[in-house]
Amino acid sequence: MAIDAAQPETPGAPEGRQNPQGRPPPETEETAVAGHAPGVRHAPGVGHSPELRPGVQRLPIAVGPGPGDLTDGAAASEATAGLLEVRHLNAYYGTFRAIRDVDLSIRPNAVTALIGPSGCGKTTFLRTLNRMHELVPGATVQGTIELDGVDVYGSNIDPVRLRRVMGMVFQRPSPFPTMSIYDNVVAGLRLTGRHQRSELDAVVERSLRRAALWDEVKDKLRENGMSLSGGQQQRLCIARALAVGPEVLLMDEPASALDPIATLRIEELIAELKQSYTIVIVTHNMQQAARVSDRTAFLTMGEDRAGYLVEVDETSRIFTNPRERLTEDYVSGRFG
Amino acid sequence: MSQGIPSSLVAGRPAAALLVRTRADRRRSLVNSAFQGVALLAAVACVVPLGALVTFVVMNGAGALNLDLLTRPTRALGLGGGAAAAILGSLQIVPIAAVIAAPIGVLAALYTVEFSGRRTATLIRFAADVMVGIPSILIGIFAFALFVLPFHQFNALAGSLALAIIMVPVVMRTTEESLRLVPGSLREASLALGVPMWRTALSVVLRTGLSGVAAGLMLAVARAAGETAPLIFTAFGNQLINVGGLGKPMDALPLFIFVNARQPYEAQNSQAWGAALLLLLFVLAVNVIVRGRAGRRNSR
Ligand SMILES: Nc1ncnc2c1ncn2[C@@H]1O[C@H](COP(=O)(O)OP(=O)(O)OP(=O)(O)O)[C@@H](O)[C@H]1O
Ligand SMILES: [Mg+2]
Repeated sequence: MAIDAAQPETPGAPEGRQNPQGRPPPETEETAVAGHAPGVRHAPGVGHSPELRPGVQRLPIAVGPGPGDLTDGAAASEATAGLLEVRHLNAYYGTFRAIRDVDLSIRPNAVTALIGPSGCGKTTFLRTLNRMHELVPGATVQGTIELDGVDVYGSNIDPVRLRRVMGMVFQRPSPFPTMSIYDNVVAGLRLTGRHQRSELDAVVERSLRRAALWDEVKDKLRENGMSLSGGQQQRLCIARALAVGPEVLLMDEPASALDPIATLRIEELIAELKQSYTIVIVTHNMQQAARVSDRTAFLTMGEDRAGYLVEVDETSRIFTNPRERLTEDYVSGRFG
Repeated sequence: MSQGIPSSLVAGRPAAALLVRTRADRRRSLVNSAFQGVALLAAVACVVPLGALVTFVVMNGAGALNLDLLTRPTRALGLGGGAAAAILGSLQIVPIAAVIAAPIGVLAALYTVEFSGRRTATLIRFAADVMVGIPSILIGIFAFALFVLPFHQFNALAGSLALAIIMVPVVMRTTEESLRLVPGSLREASLALGVPMWRTALSVVLRTGLSGVAAGLMLAVARAAGETAPLIFTAFGNQLINVGGLGKPMDALPLFIFVNARQPYEAQNSQAWGAALLLLLFVLAVNVIVRGRAGRRNSR
């Protein structure tokens, strides 16, 4: 794994291909998906050899050799890959504290919903996870976030590489307007120089199938991504995020710009994707949180307008019998 | 709440009485028409010179715009000939200037939009704006001192460099404008895929704003193609055709116009008009193409 991590961006050399972490080969994961979710559609003949499926390879994200490999150590077994441990997290915009002292453990292969009133810091929290937060001028973070036991803010972690492991889907669909559907899906691989041309077709098909968009676009892959409907565009963005092979998917109100039917499709998709990914979803829609998530975290803000975590629990419990009064008021619509 | 009619109207007097036109209303509408009229006149005065200029140049130049003008080199003392040396010269000096200026202007814009802090960006933008306002004769003298004097030789490359100096801030500012229009969400989407910053700047931001960048570049080329002052001290002009001799004097269309318009010979003057028409057609064509495309883009 040291070799892998030591050569960060060799074009055309698919990293992590050797699957050096002693994990089961990717087929196992695929089989597991098929086994647990009969609804998952698979491309016949696609994705059965590791060479054809560079996208789902786990990528080491450390900049240099050494113990920084996120998939290293005890946590490297498949069952726990994608475990996020957030401790004492504070996030600031300049001097304004947007997040105060959040402790949260996010389970792999499950959907965690973040709910809370507008402005309580849900988006900010999500963006601290994949270090998008620090791109805002003056924005800082305190505390630790560990992905499979590795501190993502550690000095040996390259945020660019981290973001390939933690994919993100935004509120508004944002396909690249100059690119075709095909090019949109492989943009992450192409622009990071981690592809072999012969692999791209397979990556496109597999990613689009996983995003439940393949059947709708397979005959017009060369058309512009903007020619799709809003819901299709959002699934295209999900496919685009999947194509780089993340472990974690961060979704910021992914369906809020969509109509109910498109929303339903995204929700079904999330249910399928959680077999293979750790999913964190921000939503304003309680029913949606109740429908798609396994666990729900409720955030609100204090007098200083800093967001904090009120409680996190199994979704069923949050919506029926929460521990905190604040949560009960919020989920029953009495405030927020 | 009553719909449409403000409650203040309904409260006191009957609404209808308040709607009757008064003398003050009439005066206001008079002032309004007068102001509109003056503004309209100003707008006309703004457009008329262009129309007049085009008509004038076409009337004087149309007769001279013939195959000879396009293909024959200059001949001395009113013996006719053409502007071939000047046309070929402009076709070298201007593209070379564009090739030098385009990457500098575009990268500088990319730097201010993508990488620099706000204060640095303001500073760079201010410098570019000042540069746009510098009289081109000064740039000519500057290029003369820097690229001609040391070599004791007027040369075409010095002309290209002078034009490049003029083009860089224009390209930089138009590029910057069009890059700022690229939605931040695309930038974020790219960065969130683990695409490095520099690659995002090039392959997402610049690529998305590319049509605007190209438009800015074309307008800068059109502007530079007509610049005379910077070439007087640098490319200097040449009666002979010079192709590829960048270290030697070279003619250019504006220089050709400048020289021939001042000759005492009718034939020479008429050639100057022909060359002026040529230059005008080029500039108009570029503007129509660029603005037409920009208009379509905006209305979509
Ligand atoms: N770029 C920024 N610069 C400064 N302050 C910001 C910035 N983005 C967000 N904030 C502030 O941080 C706080 C949390 O914002 P955030 O966007 O995380 O809330 P949210 O929970 O996602 O809200 P919503 O549900 O409306 O999306 C708010 O008070 C907001 O004003
Ligand atoms: Mg938000």
